[in-house]
Amino acid sequence: MSNYLLILIIVAYLLLLFAIAFFAERNKGSKWVKNPYIYVLSLSVYCTAWTYYGSVGIASESGISFLAIYLGPVIALPLWMVLMRKIIRISRQQKISSIADFIALRYGNNRSLGALVTITCLMSVIPYIALQLKAVSETFELMTLKNGYVSKGILDDSTFYISLLIAVFVAFFGTRSSDATRHKKGILATVAMESVLKLVFFLVIGCYVVFYLFDGTGDLYRQVSQSENFQRLSSFGGIEEGFNWLFAICLSFVAIFLLPRQFHVAVVENEDEKYLKKAVWLFPLYLLLFNIFVIFIAWAGNIRLPPNVNHDYYSLLLPLQEGHVALTVMVFLGGFSAVLSMIVVSTLALSTMVSNSIIIPYGFIKTLVSGNPEENAKRIKTIRRMAIFILIVAAYIFYIKFSVQLSLYAIGLISFVIISQLGPSFFFGLFWRRGTALAAQIGIGLGLLVAIYTLFSPAIASAINPGTTLDSDGLFGMSWLRPSQLFGLDYLSPVSNAFLWSISSNLFVFVTVSVSSKGNYRERNYAEMFVNYENYENLQEGAFIWKGEAYVTDIKGLLNRFLGEQRTNRAMEIFNRKYNIAPNVETADARLINFSEKLLTGSLGSTSAKILLSSVSKEKPISLVAVLNILEETKEAKANNKLLRDKSDELSAMAEQLRMANAELLDLDKQKDEFLDTVAHELKTPITSIKAASEVLEDEEMPKELRKQFLENIGRDTERLAILIHNILDLEKLSGNRAALHIAPREINTTIRNAILGIQQIAMKRNVVINFIAGDSVKAMYDEDRILQVLTNLLSNSLKFTEEQRGVISISVDEHGDNICVTVVDNGRGIPNEEHKYIFDKFYQSKNQNIKKPQGSGFGLAICRQIMESHNGAIWADDTYSKGARFLFTLPKAI
Amino acid sequence: MSKRKILIVDDEPNIVMSLEYAFKKKEFEVFVARDGTEALDIAEKQVPDIILLDIMMPQMDGYETLRLLRETEKLKRVKVVFLTAKSKVSDMEKGLQMGADGYMTKPFSVKKVVKEVEEMIH
Repeated sequence: MSNYLLILIIVAYLLLLFAIAFFAERNKGSKWVKNPYIYVLSLSVYCTAWTYYGSVGIASESGISFLAIYLGPVIALPLWMVLMRKIIRISRQQKISSIADFIALRYGNNRSLGALVTITCLMSVIPYIALQLKAVSETFELMTLKNGYVSKGILDDSTFYISLLIAVFVAFFGTRSSDATRHKKGILATVAMESVLKLVFFLVIGCYVVFYLFDGTGDLYRQVSQSENFQRLSSFGGIEEGFNWLFAICLSFVAIFLLPRQFHVAVVENEDEKYLKKAVWLFPLYLLLFNIFVIFIAWAGNIRLPPNVNHDYYSLLLPLQEGHVALTVMVFLGGFSAVLSMIVVSTLALSTMVSNSIIIPYGFIKTLVSGNPEENAKRIKTIRRMAIFILIVAAYIFYIKFSVQLSLYAIGLISFVIISQLGPSFFFGLFWRRGTALAAQIGIGLGLLVAIYTLFSPAIASAINPGTTLDSDGLFGMSWLRPSQLFGLDYLSPVSNAFLWSISSNLFVFVTVSVSSKGNYRERNYAEMFVNYENYENLQEGAFIWKGEAYVTDIKGLLNRFLGEQRTNRAMEIFNRKYNIAPNVETADARLINFSEKLLTGSLGSTSAKILLSSVSKEKPISLVAVLNILEETKEAKANNKLLRDKSDELSAMAEQLRMANAELLDLDKQKDEFLDTVAHELKTPITSIKAASEVLEDEEMPKELRKQFLENIGRDTERLAILIHNILDLEKLSGNRAALHIAPREINTTIRNAILGIQQIAMKRNVVINFIAGDSVKAMYDEDRILQVLTNLLSNSLKFTEEQRGVISISVDEHGDNICVTVVDNGRGIPNEEHKYIFDKFYQSKNQNIKKPQGSGFGLAICRQIMESHNGAIWADDTYSKGARFLFTLPKAI
Repeated sequence: MSKRKILIVDDEPNIVMSLEYAFKKKEFEVFVARDGTEALDIAEKQVPDIILLDIMMPQMDGYETLRLLRETEKLKRVKVVFLTAKSKVSDMEKGLQMGADGYMTKPFSVKKVVKEVEEMIH
């Protein structure tokens, strides 16, 4: 395939990515750009050329050990979810834009620690980028020339131009805003797109190999199992290999958190914590899909391809050998996508770190302080763009100088070992307050030295002085210092060996120094804010401790330079409103200092922000003890607040209860008043009648007939009075449970018959029929007289409300479990719906009576209810019955 | 001079009977109503000189009856005396405030009622 054609394809592909990035930047809010899948796909930037090509190489030579570095992330993910949420929240709270920022801030916003972390990242990532360039360059060569063309210089090397194109892309879309915490939608969208492409293309080539070149996996297995070293390719290989597996898993576990590109996509670009829930199962699924065909492609390459080709590129060489050019180009583009996404995100993350943690705090801060906002934003962007170009060029140089002998897999692992040096200070920093900046620095420094000695010294030594025996004899001829078999552990792979010793020495030093030294107050302050971030989430600026002198005008001036006047004023307005501070306050407090630091952190990184603020304020040192006390107080104040809130809630609940009890009492009181009123009225009526009659009877001229009538009235009213008094007393007795009830097993049919007998006369007079057919003997527990009273009452009510001649009253008895139920139904006027609620109330008299003047005291049903309740029974009216009234009462059965 | 007209409104026939007898004896033309609605009907037809009004009655109570009486143009100036078992001071105040001309509590003396009425419409 022609050189130029391939370049043309690459340029076309890059243009497509530019277009996607543009689209995403334009449509930031669209659901195509803003969704959890983009987040998960951007996490898949973990899969680079190393995965795309390198895994096949490893699988073809040493079997399934390539899987280890994917197992780490998969194992890590459930834990990752918990840790990530904490990391994301802290980062958002503190406006953190890179891992260097994160670690430096955790240890008291330490400038040199930030720089050290950045250098570690550079050491880890530049070779890694070089590895990607190597993959591009080698695949490019494979595609274009079959007979091993080697470029003669930089200007002749297409890889160089491709690198420059990538740098332009990153610089263009990565530095649109000077605030590094702003989400870079365009870049993220392209990364997601690339993640899809690399996976799909790899799956396509996998299917091609397995199902086109071979007859399915079974066929492939049969053929490969006849090869001589098959045993080695398909087994774990003993306990020593087990250790190597273990270390590889640990390495990748740590790397998924610490690699700058992973931190960038997972933390800095995270928009919504909820995305983590999708990531926790989608990301492992992605890794699984990516690894399905690796082993088969490796086997196929071993069978079909000559042994002298580079095993890493089996997936490219297999279709090439068959002459399937289009497929080959597709595989190449998949690999190129993997490369591109890795380089783009890595350089983006690294350039932020380099500018915020090294270039600005160590060099440019003075220039920036004197500049105006537009100039500063421009300068910051320029610094970052420069950093991007420098990084890519550095990676290119590394690739030219060193990577010829190393495989993709080896460089990848070395890169992991170096980045893992950040592990102790990062992970311990999240949970352990004692860790100090000094310990972190010494730990990382020592870990790096050990890693370099064990990993690079043999190569460097042989480069300087070929024929040196450093690796076989050890430093100064001491065999236990052999770089790749330190302390005589000779069964570990060089990388496992390097990881074991570097990380142990790092961890050991970190812990010992932390325990034996005291951090300064600032370190302790941030330690508290990171470890117990939940406590301070609500306090925000309140958790930051600072004492000293600073003027609001100075701070505003400073913010003006970087944010511009408009943004500064808006920010100050928000701040004042949030803390209820008058706009004319002159001196700044800790909250304003912290608030401003965070504002500047987005653009400049935390280190520079701190330096800038200390230039406009005079900070007084605080003793560590004082800081601890203040933190304790803040926490206590918070706890007290909570206690007070709880107490106040309790009190208001109690007040509510009291209020309700009071209302109930008032209600009872009112009821009692009403009752007395009604009683008085009911008593006064016959008394008035008697009194009036006796007065008019004085008239001697009154005719005899009339006189007799008046005297009869007096008699009836007296009787009425007597019944009334009896009923009132009865009801009081019943409701006070003072009535003596003679409850015994009795035959209900007999009682009903007696009740009917008592009322028969009136019924006959009004020509009302009473139906009752006694069934089998039913015994219930009750007081004969009282139930007779209830029945009589119900029957006389029915009589009152039914028409003469046509009235029919029926009584029946049913058994329901442990109760008997007596029903009295009539065909009278029934009970109006709105009255159902009241008919059992004392003195309630229906407005629906047949007889003009209501007869009776209004006590009847109230007494019935009291009686039934004192029998553990119930009485109610059926409000669904419309053909008259239907009353029911229940009594416990006799056992 | 035509006969003085009195309307007695109460739902207790026995009480009404005694009052009716006493007023007839004094040459009153007596009308009887058992509740507010009936009272309004009769009052409108007869336009009595005075109305004795019970408060606690079924359907329409005495307060409501008085309000409606006062709203009717030709009944506005008719004297109304509450004759009720409600003996609390607050009830009395309420009654007078609503525009009653007298307030007498049960149990009452028939003679005293007659005397009061005669004085009122003198």
